Amino acid sequence: MLEAKKTKKFERGIRKMKRILALVLVAVLTLGLAACGSQPAAPAQPSAPAASNDAPAAPAAPSGDGLIKVGIVNNPPSESGYRAANVADFEKVFTEANGYKTSTFYSLKNDEQLNAAQQFITDGVDYLLISAAATDGWTTVLENAKQAGIKVFLFDRMMNVDESLFEAAVISDMRKQGEMAVKWLLDLNLPEYNVVHIQGAMGSDAQIGRTGPLDEQFASGKMKCVVQQTATWDEATAKQIVESVINSGEKFNVVYAENDGMAKGAVAALDEAGITHGINPDGSPKEVIIIGFDCNTWALEELKKGNWNLDVQCSPFQAAVIDSMIKDLEAGKTLPEKIVINEETFFDARTITQEDIDKYGI
Amino acid sequence: MQNDNVLSMRKINKSFPGVQALKNVDFNLRKGEIHALMGENGAGKSTLIKILTGVYPKDSGQIFINFDGTVKEINVKSPYDAQNMGISTVYQEITLCPNLTVAENMFIGRGNYRMVNWRAMKKKTTEILNKLNIPARATQQLGTCSIAVQQMVAIARSVDMDCKVLILDEPTSSLDEQEVDKLFSLMRDLKSRGVSIIYITHFLDEVYEICDRITVLRNGELVGEYEIKDLPRVQLISKMMGKDLDDISSLQNKKQIEEKPDAVPVYEAEELSSLECPNPFNFKIHKGEVNGFTGLLGSGRSESVRAIFAADKITGGKIKVNGKTVKIKKPRDAMMHGIGYLPEDRKRDGIVEDLSVRENIILALQVMKGFFKPFSKAEAEAFADKYIKLLGIKTASMDTPIKSLSGGNQQKAILARWLLTNPQYLILDEPTRGIDVGTKVEIQKLVLKLAEEGVSVTFISSEIEEMLRTCSRLIVMRDRRIVGELKGEEMTQANIMHTIAGEAVQNG
Amino acid sequence: MGNGLKKIARSQLIIPLIALLLLIVFNLIRDIEFFSITVKTDNSGNSVLSGNLISILNGASAVAIMSIGMTLITSSCKGQDISVAALAAIAGSVFVSVLRSNEITIPVIIIAFLFCTVIAVLFSLFNGVLVAVFKIQPMIATLILFSAGRSIAYWINGGATPTVQSPLLASIGGFIPGIPIPTPIIIMVIFLILISLVLRFTNLGLYTQVVGINEGTAHLNGINPVWIKLIAFIISGICVATAGCITVCRIGLINHETLLLDAEMDVILSVAIGGTALSGGKFNLYGSVLGAYVIQALTVTLYAMKVPSAAVKSYKAIVIILIVLISSPVVRSFTVKAYKKLFKKQEAKEIPVKAS
Repeated sequence: MLEAKKTKKFERGIRKMKRILALVLVAVLTLGLAACGSQPAAPAQPSAPAASNDAPAAPAAPSGDGLIKVGIVNNPPSESGYRAANVADFEKVFTEANGYKTSTFYSLKNDEQLNAAQQFITDGVDYLLISAAATDGWTTVLENAKQAGIKVFLFDRMMNVDESLFEAAVISDMRKQGEMAVKWLLDLNLPEYNVVHIQGAMGSDAQIGRTGPLDEQFASGKMKCVVQQTATWDEATAKQIVESVINSGEKFNVVYAENDGMAKGAVAALDEAGITHGINPDGSPKEVIIIGFDCNTWALEELKKGNWNLDVQCSPFQAAVIDSMIKDLEAGKTLPEKIVINEETFFDARTITQEDIDKYGI
Repeated sequence: MQNDNVLSMRKINKSFPGVQALKNVDFNLRKGEIHALMGENGAGKSTLIKILTGVYPKDSGQIFINFDGTVKEINVKSPYDAQNMGISTVYQEITLCPNLTVAENMFIGRGNYRMVNWRAMKKKTTEILNKLNIPARATQQLGTCSIAVQQMVAIARSVDMDCKVLILDEPTSSLDEQEVDKLFSLMRDLKSRGVSIIYITHFLDEVYEICDRITVLRNGELVGEYEIKDLPRVQLISKMMGKDLDDISSLQNKKQIEEKPDAVPVYEAEELSSLECPNPFNFKIHKGEVNGFTGLLGSGRSESVRAIFAADKITGGKIKVNGKTVKIKKPRDAMMHGIGYLPEDRKRDGIVEDLSVRENIILALQVMKGFFKPFSKAEAEAFADKYIKLLGIKTASMDTPIKSLSGGNQQKAILARWLLTNPQYLILDEPTRGIDVGTKVEIQKLVLKLAEEGVSVTFISSEIEEMLRTCSRLIVMRDRRIVGELKGEEMTQANIMHTIAGEAVQNG
Repeated sequence: MGNGLKKIARSQLIIPLIALLLLIVFNLIRDIEFFSITVKTDNSGNSVLSGNLISILNGASAVAIMSIGMTLITSSCKGQDISVAALAAIAGSVFVSVLRSNEITIPVIIIAFLFCTVIAVLFSLFNGVLVAVFKIQPMIATLILFSAGRSIAYWINGGATPTVQSPLLASIGGFIPGIPIPTPIIIMVIFLILISLVLRFTNLGLYTQVVGINEGTAHLNGINPVWIKLIAFIISGICVATAGCITVCRIGLINHETLLLDAEMDVILSVAIGGTALSGGKFNLYGSVLGAYVIQALTVTLYAMKVPSAAVKSYKAIVIILIVLISSPVVRSFTVKAYKKLFKKQEAKEIPVKAS
């Protein structure tokens, strides 16, 4: 008990410091911007994530208000654009209006996440929602949760624990995303496929999943690998890789970039070399087909302009699925599946609409 | 080879690109003697030692040892090799590890890689320390001992490694008198145990105090091997310099500054104090005057001149330059008022080792000229060239890094740096430390010449004779306070001692 | 002629020059076409130069510019600033955030650049104060911004990867219409000229080296070491902001997580390859810049050789180990000795010829 108190005090201290740091930075930036006569609109936003860090410190809600108490352990929104959308999605769904009393903790570090999850268990939440920073080390905490009668959902990332310790896991299937892209390519029935394949950081889930299906095509000989190189998710590196292919004079008609940013880098290289990309007004592909992943809003806009050809979704939107599952459990139903694959789709430059962009862009 | 020689080197030759560093040099060392190896910088002392200890390979010649009654020729490949054969060196700069304990330092790097027995190591170390009467504990961190004790530990380490020949390279240059005494008694003790010591120093007094024989080198050639009683001091100097040194005795500041009450001092400080020199003091110097601060090491003489130059943070006082009250809060202020300062520690505060002689010479004037007004290369070269010639700085070219010059020539380059600023008041703190006799004399002459030209000079030296020769007024310090002032006839060694001791000054 | 060669051999430039030469020779043997430069028409209708050589010069600009600041910091502070890449992400984010809140015109771009430079200089000065005033080891002092920098960059733009589209920006990151040379190369050249002028018309070089070699001497000769170190950090801040903006303009978006990812290591490495000791003291700015081109030439060579993704880093590491080994004092003195032996023999042969 004393321990827990100490930890809490310590955490609060850290959070306080973080908040002060954030405020100082905001103040510096705002002052600076104001001095330059620009609008201080942009820097005003930073306070949002910092403020939401305080959530777990909020006193536990009095019981009997009819709200379902949910503790969310997630990675911080600053991790990536994907994560920012993911966090926003959960903030949108798990609201008091929707019947939830939500506390959230963000960290990139597994041990901090573990502590926070334990704290949520001590606070007596009804449901624990976790996107783990690392896959290992969670068994004890989840067992504690089970003993306390707290139901656990995993989202976005799986962890190395027994299936009995959680109700359901809502995750993306990266391999399926790759398969969708490859199938779409094969459906075009091009006479030949000369692919420039730009990979993400080697060993990441997304890279392994999205590389697999394409590798199979290379192996079967249906597609030719002009170059396969990692740009470690970096746009500028992707541009350099494509530049080097162009300089070598080899022919290629597909750029398969494992995220939107790298696709954009590749396009910049094509533009400088005077190589066309995307679709013609009649829907036929230009010299080079551009494929990206993740469905950033700006990427979908490129698609709509016809600069790119395909963007495959990596959905950060798991909140609605979990919400419905919790409602089902509350209604006394049982869940059919342990592993729920988040439904994901793709967008073709020929068919994309503004509604798609508004709905799916992150 | 004589039988009582433990070591003899025959017809050693060594050349470096462009220089014949050693020409057919012979060297003999007898059992249980302290043998001074003398010579000016560049005479070949270091090269000879480095060949003996395996740092350099020799071009030709032979080295024989006779430690156990039989003469054998040796071929030393590395300092480690030499150490194993019984030839150890203790350098001016301590080469042990300051953050290890005394005991650890005694035993590291001795080719014994088996399990360490800490207790035995400690016991053995304590024994050796007691035997040699070294005031240190085995478990003490070496860095917390004084430099002298560190040096003694280094010597003890060599002795314990059963060394028959011990080479001491300038061991006393950073020691004070008591420490030197301790070191000497240790050396005598070793001598009585049959260890032969090769002793390299710039201090002539020490040679006559402790050594038995002298070998003199000049320009890479052997001048001769002498019993100490056969070679009076003046002759030793003349042998080292290759000329008769009448002029050193004729060197004297004959000019006496007449105290004119109305004369405006070039520099005058009232109640000046700094962080390192907390006791406020008054000081003034007139045009063309040479004065000096004297006192034992740690008496505050260096701290006082540092306060004059504002090298340490100034905490109070009023300063007048040529009668006008000015503010001198940092070295640049002092420089802009025509004050130059040659620091005590040449390596730490003087030279910029990796930069060229040229850059080192123009540095101070360049800073005075300003950040946005660099000298053109031609200007800088002209300045450097002028002073290299004027002071006779021996350097391959003005683009040579200053670190590859000998100590004396480095000191001259720093002198050149300040002369170039055309100062009206020059502070020289130990300008003659660690440099060869010839350069020492040159620097003293230069001081007198500057004074004649109207430059005021404050001159500090550990060698009181030098100060008596050059200064017309001596300020005596003790325990960070000025305890007396001597001028004219009062300036004698005895009077300085009396003043330091706090007794009345005797005239004459 | 012989004298000039000797001078180069003694200078710090020798290592990067040899490394670059070896890479060039290697590529020429591998593929004679490697260095061919062709004129192409880009998608906006400009004639532009294209080829591996251009890719190397273009791709290295950001690291080369940052290595200028890093060299000064290394020389004066005897340590490295490991936060430069994170700081570039901050500068890039500020640049994008100003651009996004305004219509993109040339004055707005200039204001955005100046503004992000000021921010970068302030952050860099924060490092500088820790290092120069509080005397914290540079690597420790800059560790703070190294780990916090990219989060700060995130806060500035509120997440995601905001894009900025404008032909004006494209001409900064790519080509100015009518000029066939990539703009980043031109910016790099301007930086080199500026820094040469600074070195020529101020004592920055002398003071920085004096402070780096011997602070005690610097103090006693009227140089304020604190100021010199702070100036190094200010210049580094300007360099970093420029590098950040160039990188943003290349692609037209800011990704705070990957912008110039790991570039601090490349920057430090180019300083090392350029012949400046990482323990401070004597420096060579041109060497550092050359070092950046060596690293980029190596990267482009590896791409051209189609080295498998997973192995790229190990290949790079091997080559870098070789370069560092060649420049180590041990190998250097060995080479000098070997060279002298050869040279002496030649001399001995030459003399009788002259006599006859």
